[in-house]
Amino acid sequence: MTTSTGVEELPIRTGDDVVRVRQLVRARAQEVRLSLVDQTKLVTAASELARNTLVHGGSGTATVETLTRDGRSGIRAVFADEGPGIPDVDQALTPGWTSGSGLGLGLSGARKLVDEFAIDTAVGRGTTVTVVKWTR
Amino acid sequence: MERVPVLSLGDALLVSIQVDLQDNTVLALQEDLAERIVSTGARGVLIDISAVDIVDSFIGRMFASIAALSRLLDAETVVVGMRPAVAITLVELGLSLDGVRTALDVERGMKILRALSDRRGLPVADELDDDLVPVAEGGGPAAGA
Repeated sequence: MTTSTGVEELPIRTGDDVVRVRQLVRARAQEVRLSLVDQTKLVTAASELARNTLVHGGSGTATVETLTRDGRSGIRAVFADEGPGIPDVDQALTPGWTSGSGLGLGLSGARKLVDEFAIDTAVGRGTTVTVVKWTR
Repeated sequence: MERVPVLSLGDALLVSIQVDLQDNTVLALQEDLAERIVSTGARGVLIDISAVDIVDSFIGRMFASIAALSRLLDAETVVVGMRPAVAITLVELGLSLDGVRTALDVERGMKILRALSDRRGLPVADELDDDLVPVAEGGGPAAGA
């Protein structure tokens, strides 16, 4: 069974908010003692996703919580916006595919850096991306 | 938004990133560097990222574009001090930072810049005047002719 503790939500409206989300995710990852490499991967993924929330979603929120399951700890981060949504998720997850000026590594890259990745999106309704990283 | 200071060190510019990089901070740094390269005539740019705990695709792309634009302005860029965890993450992210020269620390980075600057200091024009042949690197078809 998975239990969740310490839910914290931050707004994502500016570039400074993206930095704050990174700092929160880093602090929580340190708390559960993710390895330094895993911390770095999770914070990098959070940075990509928070930027997506800001740039593509217009604004949104990041929710961070600590999970425990079978003696392991993890961090879950959820990025939610009420922006235009993603018309073709498979395409958006293709490395190198970009909707704009980026490199197209944001979504596909974030997925590679975490243990669990889920995306829920609908055109005109918004996008929610959930990632989890577990201790080894 | 915080600004990253750019220091002049001989004919090089030194940038030591000590803040959490926000996208606009990185964009401003790119513009500041372009202007400073031109105003100081710097031949090299050294970016110390030993205090940077993450490099995501946006920040990584900015390092690549700083390297490209400084090359257009006749300066070389060396990124130094990348943390091991950052390197591992960048590779996994699929970002290889092509075209960005790296070194383990500031000292080695300065050595690279000095070597590049010395090589460019060769009197290429004089040699061309002397015998009107292109300067070939050793081992090329012209060697031994």
